[in-house]
Amino acid sequence: MAHHDTHADHAHDDHHGPEKGIMRWIKTTNHKDLGTLYLFFAFTMFFIGGLMSLVIRAELFVPGLQFVQPEFFNQMTTMHALVMIFGGVMPAFVGLANWMVPMMIGCSDLALPRVNNWGFWILPFAFGLLLSTLFMDGGAPAGGWTMYPPLVLQTGEAFPFLIFAVHLMGISSITGAINVVVTILNMRAPGMTLLKMPLFVWTWLITAYLLIAVMPVLAGAVTMLLTDKYFGTSFFTASGGGDPVLFQHIFWFFGHPEVYIMILPAFGIVSTIIPTFARKALFGYDSMVYATASIAFLSFIVWAHHMFTVGMPLAGELFFMFATMLIAVPTGVKVFNWVATMWKGSMTFETPMLFALGFVFLFTIGGFSGLMLAITPVDFQYHDTYFVVAHFHYVLVPGAVFSIIAAVYYWIPKWTGRMYNEFWGKVHFWLSAIFINLTFFPQHFAGLAGMQRRVPDYAVQFTDWNVISSIGAFGFFAAQFIFIINILACCYGWFGRKQGLPARVWEGAHGLEWTVPSPAPYHTFEDPPQVTEAELTAVHDKTDALDGHKLA
Amino acid sequence: MNSNPRRHALRLVLVTAGMFGFGYALVPLYNMLCDAFGINGKVATTAARVGTVEVDRSRTVTVEFVTTVNGGRPWKFRAEQASIDVHPGQLYTVNFYATNTEGHDLVAQAVPQVAPWDAAKHLRKTECFCFNNQTFKAGEEKRMPVVFMLDPELPAYVDRVTLSYTFFDVTDVAMQQNRGT
Repeated sequence: MAHHDTHADHAHDDHHGPEKGIMRWIKTTNHKDLGTLYLFFAFTMFFIGGLMSLVIRAELFVPGLQFVQPEFFNQMTTMHALVMIFGGVMPAFVGLANWMVPMMIGCSDLALPRVNNWGFWILPFAFGLLLSTLFMDGGAPAGGWTMYPPLVLQTGEAFPFLIFAVHLMGISSITGAINVVVTILNMRAPGMTLLKMPLFVWTWLITAYLLIAVMPVLAGAVTMLLTDKYFGTSFFTASGGGDPVLFQHIFWFFGHPEVYIMILPAFGIVSTIIPTFARKALFGYDSMVYATASIAFLSFIVWAHHMFTVGMPLAGELFFMFATMLIAVPTGVKVFNWVATMWKGSMTFETPMLFALGFVFLFTIGGFSGLMLAITPVDFQYHDTYFVVAHFHYVLVPGAVFSIIAAVYYWIPKWTGRMYNEFWGKVHFWLSAIFINLTFFPQHFAGLAGMQRRVPDYAVQFTDWNVISSIGAFGFFAAQFIFIINILACCYGWFGRKQGLPARVWEGAHGLEWTVPSPAPYHTFEDPPQVTEAELTAVHDKTDALDGHKLA
Repeated sequence: MNSNPRRHALRLVLVTAGMFGFGYALVPLYNMLCDAFGINGKVATTAARVGTVEVDRSRTVTVEFVTTVNGGRPWKFRAEQASIDVHPGQLYTVNFYATNTEGHDLVAQAVPQVAPWDAAKHLRKTECFCFNNQTFKAGEEKRMPVVFMLDPELPAYVDRVTLSYTFFDVTDVAMQQNRGT
């Protein structure tokens, strides 16, 4: 992550090293610097969003109103979602793409470095706008992150700040996505054809297309909200001939691809880590690529499963039910491929592998509850209960967030040249895995029994599950400090951690990023590398790669 | 590689702009689909022409009325009867009463909705207070007739139709439009 201690490597480099001081970070167009900035920004947002979730869990520890007023509670649920989705998960994946995509496809930087800088530096302003609403008259937005009218139109002074913050986040995501697509399609090293790219690159390519397709739709939807409130239009105002349900359709046309934007890069990370520690080539590379593309396509035709209870014609409910269930097929292909990759592998369980395995297991639980929610008749019971909360937190926290943590453990030795502490990494994993299940598993039961989401109080019968859930949430939050210290120690060389790792940090790892020194020099692949067969076997189960695990 | 990244990026910017437009295009698309299939319980907001329709006396359908005032305003708004039994093909008149209990004049707009959704296009109204804005003086009470019929093509399974009206305060918008014209 930190580069100020890598100058030594550049002394004998032909290129200029990074500038000194704060201006380096403001002016930088280097993909590694920007990746680092994105990741630090994302972890700051994870911290802020995490604090908000603790306010929610503290209030829900026992029934009745304890700590906060209902209005503030609603602000917390809304802001927690916006901060975690747009400030945490998405920038973290963009940060990983910044660092790894150029190094994986063998090019020197992203195609549009200045746009990359711009894309990042929009984000602090976007979240400055959004977080400033906490201190305004009427408070922060409290109508839910889905911004349904007419409720959201009752937001006070915070409303335009919310809209413009969403606009800025959208612009940042779109610039990042365009950059990734242009880089991947134009700047691959000779010999790296599309179906030889590492899966992380593939999943990010497809994610980037999803971003380009749906972020503008969200921008349009919130613009309509803005004009409805201030300029007398009636897109969603019933008294003027508009229809509030229309907003839900437009929002979820964005929203469903959005949830895959937050999980496809995670698939890529897990598909990279499991082969490394199973010491085998990834099973079914081609099917992984096609499964990812299928999931991306299906994400565009299932949006209305978020609104089964809104009063749709039966034919519509049936279509969206079956289309949603269809997604289980390509997702199942992926899960079975990961399991098959491990089959008869020489597995070891370093921290990145533990998080990747935790991902496969816990994400699948979230997938199953998703299948339950897809069944229209039972969704009428589950809708807007804690069952839904449990479902999407299972796919987002032990899903997306575990994959981000796994990726950081996996590549931090390459970024900093220093190995993280394996013991504390494992402690971090087990505490995280236990506490996250403690947090979200009981919410399934509370939800099935009828506990509503987004309400600061609940019936006493739900108390036991909520106590467990709150204990889990505080435990999970505390456990993340182990991770932060472990990672910062690699960045800054605390506890006497020394550089001096080999280029191929993990002996089972393949791919171009492991052919450059550790830490990775400020500039890599100024001249396109020769892609060797040995690196390609990393991602391919074809050719003679079935013996690939013997390469190590 | 041989292609030009800058042009590729510009093409993607165009796609972005196109998708922004697509978001807006969803609005007329949605309204067209709702009209074409009569889904979403939307009712025509202009007077229907009722020709000579055979009255189906063998069939009786209950039409229920629901009245709501949006945004917790204190106005009174009710139908003279909670429900009425009708024969498809025959015209009926039901009176609605609304009182402006506030101390100032206001303009209100009623928005109709019909359930079940596939009854919506079979409910024909020749007269309705929802076709236009309604002006209320401070404290004024109004009697507002609705003249409607259910056409005999109403799906056979429907024996109960709910017609709901919600009154919205549109005073600000109406004032602006008056000033404009």
